[in-house]
Amino acid sequence: MLNFLDIHKHMVPNSISMIFKGSVTFELIDSIVMAINDRLDRIEGNINTRKKVFGVLIECLQNLGNHVDGENFQDNEYDSNAVLFMIDSIDGGYRILTANFISTEKVESLKEWIEEINSLSKEDLRKKYNEILQNNSFNTKGGGGLGFLDIAMKVGQKLDYSFQQVKENISFFTLQITINKA
Amino acid sequence: MEPLKIEPTLKTPYILFDASTGIFDIKGMSCAEYAREFYAPINEWLDSYSKNPLSETIVNIQFKYFNTSSAKSLLLLLQKLKAIKSNGYNVAINWFYEKNDEQMIQDGENYSEILSLPFNLKEIEQ
Repeated sequence: MLNFLDIHKHMVPNSISMIFKGSVTFELIDSIVMAINDRLDRIEGNINTRKKVFGVLIECLQNLGNHVDGENFQDNEYDSNAVLFMIDSIDGGYRILTANFISTEKVESLKEWIEEINSLSKEDLRKKYNEILQNNSFNTKGGGGLGFLDIAMKVGQKLDYSFQQVKENISFFTLQITINKA
Repeated sequence: MEPLKIEPTLKTPYILFDASTGIFDIKGMSCAEYAREFYAPINEWLDSYSKNPLSETIVNIQFKYFNTSSAKSLLLLLQKLKAIKSNGYNVAINWFYEKNDEQMIQDGENYSEILSLPFNLKEIEQ
């Protein structure tokens, strides 16, 4: 049997670590967010770092929830209903990773959007954010298209992502965000 | 006009908008995935209040955090307050932030700037 006392002891003290694979619902997202928020309150003393991690976490998970909501394919070979979510403490900060299957036909527009965000300076990110904020149309999902922009503004670095096509109509989208401690 | 009171949840803020005193309080978390549903009745209430506002309205906004889904609804709410002010009534917006919370300060400044509406940025006293 694995010795969990050893594992617990050897994990970095005052760290956070969670990995989840499975179906997401907004109820589950709430539970994850609350659990991690409690943990952050205990281990992260800097208010700006704490709020950045919390903010990125919420936007990432709600994005995940919205995307999964919008997909209607099912592929048993790839367990396509399951998403992957991970958060852990790394040297000098935190890392959040989300991964999910999306329709291949959605890849191009999503890629273009992330690339556009990655090409913008700090000032232009704010301009773009305000432009979308003031655009009266809400998209059908609550986020209003601000999620990735907000994440990019919070972390102050380019969004690290990849798309892997696994079948003609199914691709795997991975997003990895690093939040440096203030 | 009946005051609008909404108790807070883990994801939605406390709301008390009192038309008899002209004091409107928003306080807490705002991170629901579909925040528009939460803010719709508040914005409707503001539409009614706008028809016959007090000479002075004081709005206290004290978020711990708000998500991007709340950001648009919040803009709409602030636009309605600005319209009251543009009609010649006094409207004071107090935007509270926790000590050293740079993001919240920046958010307050940003809303103030895009609306051309002065905000009083105030640190929350411990």
